[in-house]
Formats: sequence, C-alpha cells, structure tokens
Amino acid sequence: MKAIVTVVGKDRVGIIAGVCTALAEFNVNVLDISQTVMQGYFTMMMATEVSQCNVPLAELVTRMDEIGKDMGLSIRVQREDIFEAMHRI
Amino acid sequence: MLNQKDILATQDMIDKRHLDIRTITMGISLLDCCDPDLKTCCDKIYSKITRCAKDLVKVGEDIEKEFGIPIVNKRISVTPIAIVAGSCQADSYVEIAKTLDAAAKTCGVNFIGGFSALVQKGCTAGDWKLIRSIPEAMAATERVCASVNVGSTKAGINMDAVAEMGRIVKQTAELTAANDGLGCAKVVVFANAVEDNPFMAGAFHGVGEPECVLNVGVSGPGVVYHALQSVKGQPFDVVAETIKKTAFQITRMGQLVGREASRRLGVPFGIVDLSLAPTPAVGDSVARILEEMGLEVTGTHGTTAALAMLNDAVKKGGVMASNHVGGLSGAFIPVSEDEGMIAAAESGTLCLDKLEAMTCVCSVGLDMIAVPGDTSAATISAIIADEAAIGMVNSKTTAVRIIPAPGKTVGDRVEMGGLLGSAPVMPVHDKSSEDFIARGGRIPAPLQSLKN
Repeated sequence: MKAIVTVVGKDRVGIIAGVCTALAEFNVNVLDISQTVMQGYFTMMMATEVSQCNVPLAELVTRMDEIGKDMGLSIRVQREDIFEAMHRI
Repeated sequence: MLNQKDILATQDMIDKRHLDIRTITMGISLLDCCDPDLKTCCDKIYSKITRCAKDLVKVGEDIEKEFGIPIVNKRISVTPIAIVAGSCQADSYVEIAKTLDAAAKTCGVNFIGGFSALVQKGCTAGDWKLIRSIPEAMAATERVCASVNVGSTKAGINMDAVAEMGRIVKQTAELTAANDGLGCAKVVVFANAVEDNPFMAGAFHGVGEPECVLNVGVSGPGVVYHALQSVKGQPFDVVAETIKKTAFQITRMGQLVGREASRRLGVPFGIVDLSLAPTPAVGDSVARILEEMGLEVTGTHGTTAALAMLNDAVKKGGVMASNHVGGLSGAFIPVSEDEGMIAAAESGTLCLDKLEAMTCVCSVGLDMIAVPGDTSAATISAIIADEAAIGMVNSKTTAVRIIPAPGKTVGDRVEMGGLLGSAPVMPVHDKSSEDFIARGGRIPAPLQSLKN
C-alpha cells in the first residue's frame, strides 16, 4: 500500500532529514520525493510504501501530524488511492 | 507517479472547499425482528442493530484518517418500522422509536432513519399506529428520523394520509415547541420515496434491499462553486462541462470510500448518492452556485433553469464515476442548511412558490422550511399535496420537511443548530385549503402517455 506524504512549512535546515528519520522509525520506505521552495515556503511530496509500517496507518497519520507540529510544519499522510481515484480514470 | 498539481488540487478541495463524504449509511433489514410481543420485538431490534453496526463508526473514522477526507456522518437506516411492527400487539410504536434511539447511541451514530410507513395507496392498521406515534416519538427521542411515503407515480396520492400528516407535523411542532419545533426537522413526507437513500431524515432500508448494505452520500457544493468561478461569463455548454468534471471527481471519492468501508465491514456496497448536499457553512452552498451562474439572488427569474442544468450535470458527471448510483442523486435545496438559501429567503427574493417550482427540476423538495406557527394543519397538508403531485406527475422523488415553528411569525428565525442550521420563517398563503383537504380519498395515478 502506498501513501503520499505532503510536507509544507517555512524553509529551514533539516526538514527532509527530520521527516525521513521519522518515517524510517516507522519502517516506511520512501519511493520518490519532489520538492520546491516557493517564496520561502517549503513544499515536499513523497511517495512512500507503507505496507511494512510498524504501526497501523491511522496511527501513522496521527503521529506524523504530531511530529510535524513539533517541527513547525504541516505533515500529512494520505493513502495514494484517493488521488488516483480523483485524477485517473 | 501522481503529479504535485493533482495532489494539491485534492488537498485544496478538502481544506478550502468543504469537500467531504457527507454520510456513510448502513442499511439494516429488521424483517427478522417481527414479534407479537412489543418488548421482544424491541429487544430483537436493539440486538440486531448493535450487532450489525458495532464497527461502523470506528471503520468510518479509520478511513477518514487514512485517506485524509472527512466523513461527516455515520448513520443507520432500517426497514420501515410500520412493516416490522405490524404484527405487534401494541397501540403505539413509541417504545420502538426509543429502542432505535438507544441503539443509535450505542453505535455512536448521529441519526437512525426508518421510523417509516409506505402508504401511497392506503394504510394498514400498523401504518396508522406508526403515523400517530410520530409526534410523541420525535419528542421522546433525539436521533430517530421518521418518514411517510404518501404518493407515487404508480399509485397516486393517498389524500387521507396527506390530511393526517398535516396534523402530525403540527403536533410534532407543538410537542417540541421548547426547541422551536425541532422534531419536525426529523419528519419527512415523501412521494416516490427511494429505498436506498443514505441521506437523513428520509433514509430507510427498503424491503427490496439485502440483509445489510452500505450506501454513501457525497457532497461538494463548495468545489463546484469554486470550479465555476474559473469559467465566468462563458456559455452554458462550458458551465455544464465544468460541473460534470467536478461531479465526476467528487463521486470517485465517494465510490472509493464506500468500497473501502464495505470491505472492512464485510457488507455489500450499495450505491453512491450523487447529491450536492449543502451545509450552513459559508462556501458550502448550492444557492451560491446558482448565483455564480449569473443570478443576483437565488429565487429570482432564471433560478429554475439554473438549477435544472446544475442537477442534470451533477448526475451526468457522477454516473460514470460509480458502478452503482442511487438514492436521491441531485442537488439538495434545504433552506435552513444552506447559507445562500437562508440569505435569499431573508432578502424576500426566495419564496415558497419559487421553491416549489425549483423542486420540479431537482432532487427532493420543500426541505427544512420554517413557516409561521399559526399555519393550519390543512395548509401544511395542502403544501404536502402540491409537492406530492409534482413528484407523482414527473416520476421523481419529492418530499416535504416543514417546520411550523410554534409562536414564531414571518421575520423571526428558527435555530436548529449544527448541520440543520437556522431558517427564516417564510410566509404561506393565508387563503384556506380546508375543504380541499377534508375531502380525503385518493388522487388517481396519472397517465404516463400523452405528455404535454
């Protein structure tokens, strides 16, 4: 099962490192990353594999949200299916 | 991989345009709960509902989290109680309503529908008992919704039931007078009621339905409104196309959530109801979509045409996105639950007569409308009869959910709170329909050919 992780916040040192470390602790594999900085705002989208995740997906969503708050970022984890359903026939 | 634009577009719809799944509704058959003894019947009903729906709320919340899409309501619909309780030796079915209420509370759902009777051609003894139990049942319970189907294209209109429902609505308002007649917000009078509607207050689990089924109602007036802002001034062909594309996306979301929920709950997936269901929140209004098309205020000339196009485009876009479409499917125009409709009614542009015309071309009917508390039962019955006639002749579902707010008059406001919103009290015609309603009997079914 794949999930899309969206990270948005003010750009600073160590955002990718922090997010990737957290994901690694949950045993989530990062498949692809795309990232931009627009007017000082950092936006990153990651495609991840969550089948081997060591907590249930609903818990991962909550925990990553909390970690995001601690880092001053918005971190959102959503199953990939929702985007596929809306944008692919 | 998906592109960033698509991901952001979806997140934007959820965050800023109120895109959500309005309801996942579990339909449960209670046909195996019949019993001559009322207490045994209630026990069977309680245990069946709490067994079938015990995981409904939990599964809904999990899906909400995993997909990041709000599922606003988790609800239950059951077999019309007039059928289930028909063999009970009891004069009133209020106890059954209380049982449904208790089961809803145990399961954690906010509404349970199916305190219903289908009487389009005539009433059984059980149907009369149910109908007459409605006022007390609505006052004694919090989450139970009642509906009565008084007409259909095939059967005509049962005018005895129409006359009775006027009185029932009045009594319900009086018994819940402390809350501005809130009980009436849970009572719907239908023509051509559908068996798989997931939306309250009119949901019930029809007898043609399986043992247990999951139906989904989507929403998204805010998304459609936003999409139309990008085609300002363009011809209706473009407007219709834009609505279709948006409806497709919204419905796909509903289909995905419905399939996932039914898999986890181990019950078959029924239908997606393609409805634009508004809420009182700013930016989640059907009326504002009509105004975006170029009407100064909803209710002015052109409103019916705008709504007809919107309703049709929503269906066309949605129907390809789901493998089974059903329920009411169309644009809802509840006055109290739509910020733009409230504003239009308060400005005096949107009146009851125009609303009635609008119901000819969209789903449902006169919904969540507050009228003065001194409106007579006969006038309410006559409003119901008019609406049922529109449904009967046009082979569509119509409904009336009307609140004769006790002690209130035109210019006042009825506050119902939450998703039910607040309604300005709208004027009704003051000329009597008393003799018309007193006739009773049945309006014959209409001819289905020679259409003009």
